[in-house]
Amino acid sequence: MDEITKEFLVESYENLDRLDRDLVALEKDPHAKETLASIFRTIHTLKGGSGFLGFGKLEALAHVGENLLSKLRDGVIVFNPELASALLATVDAVRFMLGQVEATGQPGDRDYGELIGLLARLNEDGAGTGNSAAAVVPAAEPVLAREDLVSEIPAASAASAEVAFKPAATATASCPPVHVAPVDAGPAVHDAPNAQNSAVSDSTIRVDVGLLDKLMNLVGELVLARNQVLQFTNQRTDSAFLATSQRLNLITTELQSSVMKTRMQPIGNVWGKLPRVVRDLANACGKQVRIEMEGKETELDKTIIEAIKDPLTHIVRNSVDHGIETPAVRAGRGKPEEGCLKMRAYHEGGQVNIEVTDDGGGIDLERVKEKALERGLITAERVARMSEQETLRLIFLPGFSTAEKITNVSGRGVGMDVVKTNIEKIGGTVDLQSNPGEGTTLKIKIPLTLAIIPALIVTSGGDRFAIPQVSLLELVRLEGEQARRQIEFVRDVPVYRLRGQLLPLAYLNRELKIETPPAGGESAPVNIVVLHTDGHPFGLVVDEINDTEEIVVKPLGKQLKGVASFAGATIMGDGRVALILDVMGIAQGAGLAGEVHDRTMSEGGAAVRKAADPRQTLLLFEAGQGSRMAIPLSMVARLEEFPRSAIERSGAQEVVRYRGQILPLIRVAAHVPSVTAAAGENDPLQVVVYSEQGRSVGLVVGRISDIVHETITVKRHAHGRGIFGSVVIQERVTDLLDVQSVIRAADPTFYPAAA
Amino acid sequence: MADSKQYATFFLDGLALGVEVLKVQEVIRYQEMTRVPLAPTMIQGLINLRGQIVTAVDLRRRLELPPLAEGRLPMNIVVRTEDGAVSLLVDEIGDVVEIQDEAYEPPPPTLKGVARELITGVYKMKERLLLILDTERTCSLPAAYANAVRPAA
Repeated sequence: MDEITKEFLVESYENLDRLDRDLVALEKDPHAKETLASIFRTIHTLKGGSGFLGFGKLEALAHVGENLLSKLRDGVIVFNPELASALLATVDAVRFMLGQVEATGQPGDRDYGELIGLLARLNEDGAGTGNSAAAVVPAAEPVLAREDLVSEIPAASAASAEVAFKPAATATASCPPVHVAPVDAGPAVHDAPNAQNSAVSDSTIRVDVGLLDKLMNLVGELVLARNQVLQFTNQRTDSAFLATSQRLNLITTELQSSVMKTRMQPIGNVWGKLPRVVRDLANACGKQVRIEMEGKETELDKTIIEAIKDPLTHIVRNSVDHGIETPAVRAGRGKPEEGCLKMRAYHEGGQVNIEVTDDGGGIDLERVKEKALERGLITAERVARMSEQETLRLIFLPGFSTAEKITNVSGRGVGMDVVKTNIEKIGGTVDLQSNPGEGTTLKIKIPLTLAIIPALIVTSGGDRFAIPQVSLLELVRLEGEQARRQIEFVRDVPVYRLRGQLLPLAYLNRELKIETPPAGGESAPVNIVVLHTDGHPFGLVVDEINDTEEIVVKPLGKQLKGVASFAGATIMGDGRVALILDVMGIAQGAGLAGEVHDRTMSEGGAAVRKAADPRQTLLLFEAGQGSRMAIPLSMVARLEEFPRSAIERSGAQEVVRYRGQILPLIRVAAHVPSVTAAAGENDPLQVVVYSEQGRSVGLVVGRISDIVHETITVKRHAHGRGIFGSVVIQERVTDLLDVQSVIRAADPTFYPAAA
Repeated sequence: MADSKQYATFFLDGLALGVEVLKVQEVIRYQEMTRVPLAPTMIQGLINLRGQIVTAVDLRRRLELPPLAEGRLPMNIVVRTEDGAVSLLVDEIGDVVEIQDEAYEPPPPTLKGVARELITGVYKMKERLLLILDTERTCSLPAAYANAVRPAA
């Protein structure tokens, strides 16, 4: 395709989008001369372009459209819904032809005779009836003509064309009231807006996005060069040089923000299509819907704008189709007949929020449950236990639909789940609120840009690394004595007790195999970055925690794709490159992922590694006088310490208050005959909390010794009560405590069903 | 008039090597680098090339040659590959030479090992031989690496 045709297509598509908007706007306010003039100009341009390029068919259609519009513009005929539909159909036909031109180089061989006829007839009708409102009344014949036309319009645009035509049949009944004021056809209005608009189109040019990206990179480089220059200013006293570098500094900053702005687009660009969507859909469903927009100028990165286009359209369609009720129902509920769909966009905390609110019937929770059950998406027991919010979120399940029948509009079950996945793909979230009878609000939060993420910068082994803040839970700093005492650090499984919860630790230096001279020796503070992968926390020990920063994510070359520990790289303020850690990769490398909990089984590598690892993690403790015992760490919910004074009694049972509940205590020494209780009671009591099916019990042990990660072979021979078998750990014989039998002995009711 | 090609030449442990001049994006002096832990040893680090992050490949290691003498800094030849720019670290940069196609010969069949894989041909120049390097293959990891990049945890 030659350059001129390409230009023509790009321009025409843009024009068509504007036409959609303008026509719908015109329907609302049929006397907006400026809008009419703009529509006229657009069609005229299209006609000129297609004539020049020899697309006769396109030109013919545009020509009749233009004739009609010129009459409208001159006030000979008055705009009415029927005209709107015909013009919108023209837009659709033009769009289709342009599609054909793009694909084949020719506008295709469809016959648009009917449509052209309709336009011509409307033209004459309008001329005949002059500026009276009578033109609105649809005659029987044109309706038929239009229906014939539906089959004429090619498949691609059939859907929208159908929608566009329907209203004609019910034009007088359901369309927003058109105020037919006496036409004060003000010819005076013509000139001024004309000049204004052309000025707008003259002041913009189209730029290749690739060029913008390049500009952005160059500016980044300029910023670094500027930083270096500024460093010299500290050593110089030459005032001319200082002034110049000051100026350089200011200009660079301004340039940077301007270039950043070129990639940003107002969200209005996406919203522009929505009024048409709402209008067509509302008419097709026999509803009256008004769309309100707030914050159109809110800006977003171009890539994100692209990504939310489809999800937003889908949400809006959903609101009109499912949310807003028919006028009759609305009247019955005491609401205005015309429903309102409100779009709102605003910046908040470095993110963009988009809200889509309708004042419709809200989401019927019972019906959602019913449908989910019917479609087998969920079990009946789960439904019974679900909270309101959880039930609402059912609509995000794949395959969910409440529509009774499959229509053009909805009911195919490909819906909200796709919306949710698409938004999550760009790092956003979707939230849903619904008040029965009052309406539904869908709130989307998305990052400003894809490429820039907040990250924590840490140092290890002299190098800086960035950790994406999404994975960050908290930071813990242990100093001096504390550091040595609190990290129970044996072999390769160091553990820290974070508020009683065992937090497995990984050392970044060791994971990345970067050697570091021990900074500050024994008393050096220990920095733990608490991270999570899929909700499972672990601690990453780093040399230094620097700062949080917004970083620009850059991909790594293919040579480094195999290194699972890094997700990418970024350039720091001083121009040096820093690597971005892949938290998941680090956790897997350290063997922390999926150790206790079954997860990531879908990831073949992790699963294999897990299966191939015969080692178990065991908690070593002393039950009483010198007896070494062990239990698998997976059975330990928490380790706790209680002062002796905290022990209370409930009947004969020793209990403590623990997290708002009563925790029964079982003294291991009392239930394992082979263990002699230690002479003096420890204070505080060392308690291993064991949980099963929501019930917990505290096993009182003498002393927690270690946590080991070993391959064990259990030898079973004649053992006493409470002992499962014995194993060799760290070259010493260790008894494995039979937790269940001990608990059963102490509290026969603990396992009601299992026993 | 016989056909000819232009090559950017450079030196590596006394060898003269060349890459097609059209593949070369630029030549820069030594840059500070960020090392990449756990990466294959042939990856020397990452360079910030005007806001673009470029992987630097230690060509001596790639060709299994002894490391550069202490205190000497390598130069960067940034080449374009299918996967974006990659920097090759070399000892010294030579001239761009134009060589007649007839001076070309395939590498001797006795050439073994990594060199066999990466050197596509030899040009007989007046005073020495110029070995032509396949940039695409040079910048890819050897197959053995690709599978064993991640040391067992």
